[in-house]
Amino acid sequence: MILKGKVWKFGLNIDTDAIIPARYLNTSDPAELAKHVMEDADKDFSSKVKSGDLIVADANFGCGSSREHAPIAIKAAGIQGVIAKSFARIFYRNCFNIGLPIFESQEASDKIAEGDEIEVDADKGIIKNISKGEEYVAKPIPPFMQELISAGGLVEWTKNRIKSS
Amino acid sequence: MTITEKILATHAGRDKVSAGELINAKLDIILANDITAPISIKEFRKTGAKQVCDKDKIALIPDHFAPQKDIKAAEQCKMLREFSKEHDLSLYYEVGRMGVEHALLPEQGIVLPGDLVIGADSHTCTYGALGAFSTGVGSTDVASAMATGECWFKVPESMKFVYFGKLNKWVSGKDLILHTIGDIGVDGALYMAMEIEGEAISALTMAGRLTMCNMAIEAGGKNGIIVPDDITEQYVKPRAKRDYKFYTSDSDASYVDVKEYDCSKIQPTVSCPHLPSNTKPAADLSNIAIDQVVIGSCTNGRIEDMREAAEVIKGKKVNSNTRLIVIPATQEIYLQSVKEGLAEIFVNAEAVFSTPTCGPCLGGHMGILAKGERAIATTNRNFVGRMGHPESEVYLSNPAVAAASAVKGRIAIPEEVI
Repeated sequence: MILKGKVWKFGLNIDTDAIIPARYLNTSDPAELAKHVMEDADKDFSSKVKSGDLIVADANFGCGSSREHAPIAIKAAGIQGVIAKSFARIFYRNCFNIGLPIFESQEASDKIAEGDEIEVDADKGIIKNISKGEEYVAKPIPPFMQELISAGGLVEWTKNRIKSS
Repeated sequence: MTITEKILATHAGRDKVSAGELINAKLDIILANDITAPISIKEFRKTGAKQVCDKDKIALIPDHFAPQKDIKAAEQCKMLREFSKEHDLSLYYEVGRMGVEHALLPEQGIVLPGDLVIGADSHTCTYGALGAFSTGVGSTDVASAMATGECWFKVPESMKFVYFGKLNKWVSGKDLILHTIGDIGVDGALYMAMEIEGEAISALTMAGRLTMCNMAIEAGGKNGIIVPDDITEQYVKPRAKRDYKFYTSDSDASYVDVKEYDCSKIQPTVSCPHLPSNTKPAADLSNIAIDQVVIGSCTNGRIEDMREAAEVIKGKKVNSNTRLIVIPATQEIYLQSVKEGLAEIFVNAEAVFSTPTCGPCLGGHMGILAKGERAIATTNRNFVGRMGHPESEVYLSNPAVAAASAVKGRIAIPEEVI
């Protein structure tokens, strides 16, 4: 899978309240959540972001709440994937469970600037910065997470387990 | 092995596990609330499962936007109620019986030492105080667990936190954990088990221990955990309705790091906006004016917290520039507060004494901040917009500091008002 798009940059410790504020959690409708994505980090973000864009952030992206509404809002806003130095663990888990591609790379986070055009080879974990002519490597995805991805997320994986038992 | 590894190994049907291994393990309790359960219920239906794994293992608790704050929140709560009825769930708690989930489940003896618990709420790590392994997950993880009774885990590395010496007056579990997060940062224990011990912990009440494990997530931890002892036994024995088991860590268990804290040096501590790690001694913040004080939540809404706040505010009035909202975390704590005269102390001080809810902690309802307003709260997070307007501010503290601040209308230490 190749993800190609324009980058929006965010900083350190972007928490789930910034990604989707709790005041909007009286619904789990993805389209509704997408209207408020990243609102408390950048209040105009949902009007600026275009389908196919990517987010690049510093460390500990997605810290705080367990709300799956956070990766759902990002995905429903059309964002193809998130690159960060590290992810908070529940957010990390949630992304694989719902099928939002994420990549850990210190170098990519440091060197990619807002507006850069990048291309991510999700299978190989290679991030190309087309604007700067650079290439970075993401941490490999653990084998079990790859199994989840190829099953199509945790629900499909569970469905297969129920069928085979 | 550590206590964390032993609990995970037992539930995976193994003699031994080590950090980094991926395991599939059987769960004792699976939890979700009115914000996270609606997604779990929708995803559960997609798995094709005809029934839940065990009707006595799934706890659904409407506590975040309950009592139902608006029509959409009511629709979400209704999904929990209908799903619980459809599957005859024994651990569904209607408004009037419910409490803040992480206060309610230990209080009712639903989660017990040695258990393996997941919850679609990040503060599920609270139950480590009982010597259980418990951790927050997302809604889809809960959906899969409701179908299979199992969940996959990566066995975490463990970090040890040792607290020696005696606690200073007005210092509680909240101050120890805020101080620790201030030291290691909001990702200082990322993906790790935080094992908490030491002479100060052996002397700490169960309420203080629950507060500490509750905030493990605020350091990025997977779980907080305390090896059970006599205090655990006294707390659990009258509440448990099934067997439980005490696990301990071996003397040769491995830890990636050990942090030691001298409690005699820890003062009442406050986390300043906008991160729990941004800590300062409360005494240094007396110039910070406060519009709203919240005492409650899964972190500090227990009877001991109510008593501590009441002791400070008894016979005094809330400052005319400030509002104080006190929220006992469960119906049992509410009733006990009434019986002990604590409710009367709060109302006489001109505070609100509310029915249990998570409400203001996450900016849901029952005490939202306007643009430019500032709160001090006994809750667990002070991110941008956490309690309301993105341009409002939240400071975090223990209940005694919060109560003193309500009297002064600015951040204050208890000695200033007593």
